[in-house]
Amino acid sequence: MIDVSTTPATNKSGPASRRRTYRPNAQYIPVLATLSLLIVMYTFGAVSYENFTHPSVILNLFTNNAFLLVVAVGMTFVILTGGIDLSVGAVIAMTSTVAATLLQAGWPAGVVIPVVLLIGGVLGLGMGAVIHFFKVEPFIATLAGMFLARGIALLINQNSIPITNEFWTSIAETRIVFEPGVYISGMALVALAVVAVAAVVLAWTKFGRNVYAIGGNADSALLMGLPVGRTRIGVYTLSGFCAALGGLIYSITTTSGYAGHGTGTELDAIAAVVIGGVLLTGGSGYVLGTVLGVLVLGLINTIVNFASLNSWWARMAIGVLLFAFIVLQRLVTRKAK
Amino acid sequence: MKKAMKSRLMWPVAMLVVLLLCALIFSDGFFDIRIQDGHLFGTPVNILRASAPLVLVAIGMTLVISTGGIDLSVGSVMAVSGAMACLIIGDLSNQNSVGGVAIAVLAAIALSLVLGLWNGFLVAVLGIQPIIATLILMVAGRGLAQLITSGQIINVQSSPYKVIGAGYVLGLPVSVLIAAVVLAITVLLTRRTALGLLLESVGGSPVASRLAGIQARRFTVMVYVVSAACAGIAGLIYSSNVSSADGNNAGNLIELDAILAVVIGGTALTGGRFSLAGTTLGALLIATLDTTAQSVGIPPEATLVFKAVVVVVLCLAQSATFRAMLFRRSTPRPAARAEVPA
Amino acid sequence: MGEPPAVLEMTGIQKIFPGVVALDGVDFRLLPGEIHALMGENGAGKSTLIKVLTGVYGIDGGDIKLSGRDVLFTGPLQAQEAGISTVYQEVNLCANLSVAENIFIGRQPRRFGRIQWSEMRKRSAGLLKRLDLDLDVSAPLNTYSLAVQQMVAIARAVDIDAKVLILDEPTSSLDASEVAQLFAIMRRLRDSGVAILFVSHFLDQIYEVADRITVLRNGALIGEYRTAELPQVELVRKMIGKELATLEQLESRPRESAEQIERGEPVLRAENLGRKGAIAPFDLTIHAGEVVGLAGLLGSGRTELARLLFGADKADSGKLELDGKPVSMRSPRNAMAHGIAFSSENRRTEGVIGELTVRENIILALQAARGWTRPIAKRRQDELVGKYIKALQIRPDNPEIPVRNLSGGNQQKVLLARWLITEPKLLIIDEPTRGIDVGAKAEIQRLVAELSSGGMAVLFVSAELEEVLRLSHKIEVLRDRRLVEELDNTGDVDADRIMRTIASGATS
Repeated sequence: MIDVSTTPATNKSGPASRRRTYRPNAQYIPVLATLSLLIVMYTFGAVSYENFTHPSVILNLFTNNAFLLVVAVGMTFVILTGGIDLSVGAVIAMTSTVAATLLQAGWPAGVVIPVVLLIGGVLGLGMGAVIHFFKVEPFIATLAGMFLARGIALLINQNSIPITNEFWTSIAETRIVFEPGVYISGMALVALAVVAVAAVVLAWTKFGRNVYAIGGNADSALLMGLPVGRTRIGVYTLSGFCAALGGLIYSITTTSGYAGHGTGTELDAIAAVVIGGVLLTGGSGYVLGTVLGVLVLGLINTIVNFASLNSWWARMAIGVLLFAFIVLQRLVTRKAK
Repeated sequence: MKKAMKSRLMWPVAMLVVLLLCALIFSDGFFDIRIQDGHLFGTPVNILRASAPLVLVAIGMTLVISTGGIDLSVGSVMAVSGAMACLIIGDLSNQNSVGGVAIAVLAAIALSLVLGLWNGFLVAVLGIQPIIATLILMVAGRGLAQLITSGQIINVQSSPYKVIGAGYVLGLPVSVLIAAVVLAITVLLTRRTALGLLLESVGGSPVASRLAGIQARRFTVMVYVVSAACAGIAGLIYSSNVSSADGNNAGNLIELDAILAVVIGGTALTGGRFSLAGTTLGALLIATLDTTAQSVGIPPEATLVFKAVVVVVLCLAQSATFRAMLFRRSTPRPAARAEVPA
Repeated sequence: MGEPPAVLEMTGIQKIFPGVVALDGVDFRLLPGEIHALMGENGAGKSTLIKVLTGVYGIDGGDIKLSGRDVLFTGPLQAQEAGISTVYQEVNLCANLSVAENIFIGRQPRRFGRIQWSEMRKRSAGLLKRLDLDLDVSAPLNTYSLAVQQMVAIARAVDIDAKVLILDEPTSSLDASEVAQLFAIMRRLRDSGVAILFVSHFLDQIYEVADRITVLRNGALIGEYRTAELPQVELVRKMIGKELATLEQLESRPRESAEQIERGEPVLRAENLGRKGAIAPFDLTIHAGEVVGLAGLLGSGRTELARLLFGADKADSGKLELDGKPVSMRSPRNAMAHGIAFSSENRRTEGVIGELTVRENIILALQAARGWTRPIAKRRQDELVGKYIKALQIRPDNPEIPVRNLSGGNQQKVLLARWLITEPKLLIIDEPTRGIDVGAKAEIQRLVAELSSGGMAVLFVSAELEEVLRLSHKIEVLRDRRLVEELDNTGDVDADRIMRTIASGATS
């Protein structure tokens, strides 16, 4: 088609600079909403139940959810690229089983830990490679990873394996005690360290920014010359690594390895990430949001405990919150368009 | 057209044949079907019986996936449906009353329909991504199931209810018959009417479909309702088979098996063209895998690993890139050959 | 003449897609410090050549030499590292990231591996200032208009130390002052020794900035020329080739003027119909047997107007009457029930459904109107489909192959067939001839003329004024999302007259 006309002389508006329409930064709204929710829930608990304001309640949130926090951080990376990782729960099962078995066989803890982390990373790498090179959907590829990991765990041992390794039991007992009954476990600190590293990586490194770029528009990212394949494989590797670390933490807090560990953890992790305001389509969200999301899930369980309700109320509450946050995401993204 | 179907179904069929051959070689009497007390017995029959809930769920899943959606909540719906039925039957003064059981079954299916409507509402009206929208019910549904049963496992002793999952009619297992009837109805509904075409069109391009005057929203709601109904019936079969409602284990992970069955059957997760025959084949393949692994002597735990291998092999076989890679290695680049008039 | 050695030299480039030879032994070279226009009709192979050059596609034959060295790109990253940057027609940036990040992503200033955000913001603000853009560089890119996003993309490409800069239709979303700004930047870059490859549909732009022109046609090289030595008419002839004769033949067809046709009853009457942000309220009447042409530039509101009439978008003001009865148009389905059909300009995304067969695509609208419970019998389908495949000369004439295997022109015919079997009273066609070959174009034009003489009302939207003039009885001119003038297509109306209205607004 040839256009013999002159350059389009349409004068759409003034200089380009004035085109910008002012809008409060929509990216922060979901995180702020999660934070408010957390505060409201805590206030509700504090008003309704005795001893809820005890500092141990908050510290226990971190201690009890350390493994979930680590897994959710890995999931955050994956979801930021617009992907999903269903294998994390199964990786927890596999790594805890492998660790327990190796320890039982007399391997030193100093060897078992890197081996187990390596296994998680390699599984993630494999899934990432299949997703990237063969264009298999993340949902399906990580589903295969999930079957594989849980299957390997079951093949190794169907029963719960107790861990008696001294190093394991001693770090299980490691904690910083502020006053009697008020402590934070070593594992919670590990989880917080992972959070800190992840936050730095996402905000300050090329890799982190590439994650956002791919989630925003993978085709553009490719045309901009970003290493899309490497980054995509990287996030799944990272998620596998985090899941393995989560499995280690799980095996340490329970001093056992079991193929049934971590059932449904992938759902909790996804829920935490979503409630934390990370856009499931990718490209927007913060690790801090994920932390808040994990705390919300933990606080729900705490409140259900304090109210001596059955645990199914917690599932219902998580479902309702998921709904609320997904609708919120919908509204925010619609406005941004 | 026929050729395309053939190549699409070739892999799952080949896999099924290999599996059955393995079973034939390694397990004695695998294909022995005998009639006992007027009922069919034998491993193949067991496979069919075991596959009935999966086939049902996968049929609904196929329709959902054909519109470009996905339904993660089917397992939870199964649990809710079983819980509802057992709750009502448990409260009957006479658990063997056929009328009472019928009411329970209808109530369970009605509740499933409501859940499907909810999913459809989220996806079609609020415009939430299907994977996320159905995640909500997947998480909350099991809570709902336990809420219905007050957190207990409700055991029922109802012979009419037992028939659904474990009974026989004319020597054939009722659950298999139910799955076959639902399959037949779905095939008729989609291929004898224009439903199949319109669903495929919505999945192929929602925007173009709207501009062609297709009420995509209505069809979207419809497929989620159908999917939930199928899951509800599957939940009844499951709970009838074990004579109890178990909110935790009913339909656990079945959504993944069902999606797997659909993908194996050659329906792309991105929507569009679907094949109910392929899905059924996929579901049978998965059920055979589970059963055969046992009869061949592979520990049941290993079936998961096996499944993983199957998923990987099938996905790679269907991946154009992978095929191209294999192709390139064995033959020189087919540059000149690709010249076909458009 | 002392030509400097070429910075980029492509020889005998061969690229084959299943079913199509996209590039057939094409040679192309770029000299340092020149602006080189790549010209050709849609389908000539321009975009393929650019994608080969930027590493998006591999090649099936030929050599690429950059600064005299053989190169083989395996991806955009390699091309970029070798010094080839590209700005595409559609903004290829990540709108969720900030302006500064979009300029620097992949090569952010770092210290100890840590991104220096403040440094990055400072440098991008400076860079944009040199391009006369004053933006908040930390704001997400999606808070800016497309034109601004395009300028950011150029800023990114410019800042990358590029030997070769490819601009693939960068001006389509820019207004005149922005184009002028862009050209100034291009000239500055050229003078600093960058080789610029420029693609544009606007001939005037080409003659304004380009030093040299390479013409492609049907995947083959036609020639390389100095702009100064190639008159515009000659360029057009080279781009269109032999088929020009066909066009001229069509051109000479006597135009039916408004008086000559017998106007039927008004089929559609819109009064003050409008939608905020899409099209200002307008009045429009379309009679049976009449072809109404919509003329205007891209973004003038022509598609938006058509979509309102079809209910694809909802109007927020005004009234609509069909056959004299007021209706509220809520959805395409609603419009179809009133006998309106709409064929979208985005054939691939809003028109045909690629994986469905030709037959299924053709019966789709009719089937949708009947509802899913009343399928069209297979025999009736075959009959209808066979009839239209023959009438519209759809090739290949096999109704059972997926429509995505058809060429653009044939897909367009399938789309038209879909609507024609619904026997509409009013047919709205948006850019039916874009990107299709000349033969198919002529066939579609002939068809439109036939339909209207058969009594159908047609609203014909096209970017090509000649085509609008040739077919329409009445022409509605749009500018800046406003219907500015209605012209009876009598003898004294010509492209110049319409262009003046488009350029300056309403005259009467």
